[in-house]
Amino acid sequence: MNIYKNPYNPEKIKEAHKLLTEFKYDIKPLVKGYSNQTLYINVGENKIESKLVSQEMKDKFTGGRGFNLKLLWDAVNEKTKWDSPENEIVIAAGPIGGITQYPGTGKSIVCGISPLTGAPVDSNVGGYFGPYLKFSGWDAIELQGIADKDVIVYINGDAGVIQIFEAPEEDTNSHLIAEQMCDIFAENEMDMKSIATVSAGKGAEHSFFGCLNFSFYDRRRKVARLKQAGRGGLGTLFRHKKIKAVVCKFSGLNANSNEVDDLNKIKEVGAKYHRELFKEDDKQCDMRHVGTAHLVEIMNDYDLLPTHNYKFGADPRTPKISSVVWREMFTQGIPDGCWYGCTMQCAKCVDGYILQTGPYKGDTVSIDGPEYETAAAFGANMGIFDPHFVVEANFYCDTYGIDTISFGTGMAFVMECYENGIINKEITGGYDLSFGNGEEALHMLHQMARGEGFGKTIGLGIRRLKKLFAEEYGADPKFLQDIGMECKGMEYSEYMTKESLAMQGGYGLALKGAQHDEAWLIFMDMVNNQIPTFENKAEALHYFPMFRTWFGLQGLCKLPWNDVEPADNAETDEPAKVPGHVQNYVDIFNSITGRNIDKQELILQSERVYNFQRVFNLRMGFGTREHDRIPYRSAGPVTIEEYESRAERYDKQLVEKWSYDITGKTTEEKRDYLRKMREADYQKLCDAVYERRGWDNNGVPTIEKMKALKMDLPGVLEVLNKYYK
Amino acid sequence: MTNNIIGYKKMKTIMVNGNSLAWEENMNIDVILQRKNYTFKMLIVKVNGNLVKKTEYSKTIVPPDADVQIIHLISGG
Repeated sequence: MNIYKNPYNPEKIKEAHKLLTEFKYDIKPLVKGYSNQTLYINVGENKIESKLVSQEMKDKFTGGRGFNLKLLWDAVNEKTKWDSPENEIVIAAGPIGGITQYPGTGKSIVCGISPLTGAPVDSNVGGYFGPYLKFSGWDAIELQGIADKDVIVYINGDAGVIQIFEAPEEDTNSHLIAEQMCDIFAENEMDMKSIATVSAGKGAEHSFFGCLNFSFYDRRRKVARLKQAGRGGLGTLFRHKKIKAVVCKFSGLNANSNEVDDLNKIKEVGAKYHRELFKEDDKQCDMRHVGTAHLVEIMNDYDLLPTHNYKFGADPRTPKISSVVWREMFTQGIPDGCWYGCTMQCAKCVDGYILQTGPYKGDTVSIDGPEYETAAAFGANMGIFDPHFVVEANFYCDTYGIDTISFGTGMAFVMECYENGIINKEITGGYDLSFGNGEEALHMLHQMARGEGFGKTIGLGIRRLKKLFAEEYGADPKFLQDIGMECKGMEYSEYMTKESLAMQGGYGLALKGAQHDEAWLIFMDMVNNQIPTFENKAEALHYFPMFRTWFGLQGLCKLPWNDVEPADNAETDEPAKVPGHVQNYVDIFNSITGRNIDKQELILQSERVYNFQRVFNLRMGFGTREHDRIPYRSAGPVTIEEYESRAERYDKQLVEKWSYDITGKTTEEKRDYLRKMREADYQKLCDAVYERRGWDNNGVPTIEKMKALKMDLPGVLEVLNKYYK
Repeated sequence: MTNNIIGYKKMKTIMVNGNSLAWEENMNIDVILQRKNYTFKMLIVKVNGNLVKKTEYSKTIVPPDADVQIIHLISGG
């Protein structure tokens, strides 16, 4: 239970609500995983409507991210900017979302035109909102328009009522408003688990990388916990619409709320998986005790842990932020699933933490995480190897609604700029932003949330900062492009890619920007040497993004796929794909929907949506080769310091791979030659991937490809015809 | 060490994931993992195409010129 020095008064908050509009609807049971209608809400016009889901929509877009993108496409036009009123936040679970017999089935997926990239973005998140929304009767929700004053959208899935309130008294920061929504809308303590809230905090108002917090009420801790849709600035968009919270209440969850076709089969598949998880997890990733933070020391051991703005991949101080530390700090022995039935239990939590800084200094709170990305970004990439800093900054990023990845990578970029004299104390307001300065980094975070000082400037995100530093402070734009770790405007997540060409493509060729959730190929490529040719890499950069897109269509978490694996996985033909678990997903989809797909059709479902999204990018002015460009630091050493730190490796590669005579060459000459070769390789990789995906040499899906996928929709053809004329 | 044709001692090696590694007497899988600093747990190990179970790592002695595959499965990400 959180303890606040200045407790809020729920009655006072509730009394200030002013009802703006109300919409009543009939609650009907789902049909095989679908409610077959979506909810449209315009907070600018106080309009609430329902829309039917057609069979064609299901055939072409499946659900989840597919539904979101279809609805978003219909809502916007080619001139829509992130802050245009017609831009939407669309949230959905998919047809599998909300089953309780298999782990990782409570994910929501959120889409919108991104404040960071200007293009469609998708971001997935745990918590109860997506499943509750669906069980309340809605496969997806569109939030359009911009309200005059702060509002709350309340969906009462028990009563079939939707309301929009003016909400002046609620806190904006998420750890508070998520609890306040429980206090206001739950009947009693037992009912608090029926409340799921989406919110973003003050930081989302003042930065371009605001995240969304999705809550789930933890009955044992008596805390509304938070999971984040982190990437792409969707929290910024949410607050721009003046939405304080979207709340869904649903108390009727049962073992078959999805009204599936074959519940026994799902139970059978789930039971098999649960047994496997209990038997293997301790020997494999130990997700149940440390979550994704188990990766910190692994990445360090393989020179993959981004350190000092991705200059290096390892640091001797890493044990200070390793899983050994997190295991001690996380409360053990309490269920930690972010959806019912998830036995992976990886939503770890630091309890009883007394905050040391900021507006909540002295409060005792439970803090979700850190997950690997946050520990790596704050600990290693910013060079602050202090777990207490990581936890404190993690708490504030979450409650402020700031994406920990963009904040960490953005701060690391700023720190390198500071150490290079591009910015100085005069510019930062007197703060020394050298690597390792945790106190100063926290000042920047609090400033960002208040919309003040240099902290607010950092919230512009790397792409805008590069422009600012070049224009205002005379920095070399080329150097900034080399060290600014963003692609398409989105900050890189926390993996070093210099020695894995395939993973450079994993980031650069991802539709939404530099996020690793399409493909994580570093081990296959750099360590295992399993995909040596451009064609091999292209095949991996086709299969894995398509396979992983499917999680977003269905409402699934990726982690149960391959963070624990069957004992006999090694003996299968393609262990990297974890064929046993792929078959589980096929069986579950068929058992829910009554359909009969196989693993090839699974990939096809994804391909339809994936290619639609690439065309959507094109429609918004992106989606071509130039936008797949990556900063050179993700491909190789930018500075002499970086080259010399791994000189043996680079020298060997110059000689053995490119027959370059290094005799008598300076480090600068060798670095430059290496760059020429590696940049050429990246372009060759793009060629191979575009061809494998059925795109032209500029990265645009061909009309033939869209026809073959049966995605030659009129709007799609209009965009492609303009391009191909 | 063996003599090559001009009399120098040639170091014995094995291949690990396509890269050369110096061979040692009584070199078992655990030793190879140590030399390569392969600390990740989700591995598939094959010696000359034959699968080696985790319980056999310390008992499996790898001969010179062996082709060793140590496949790291994808986790994280």
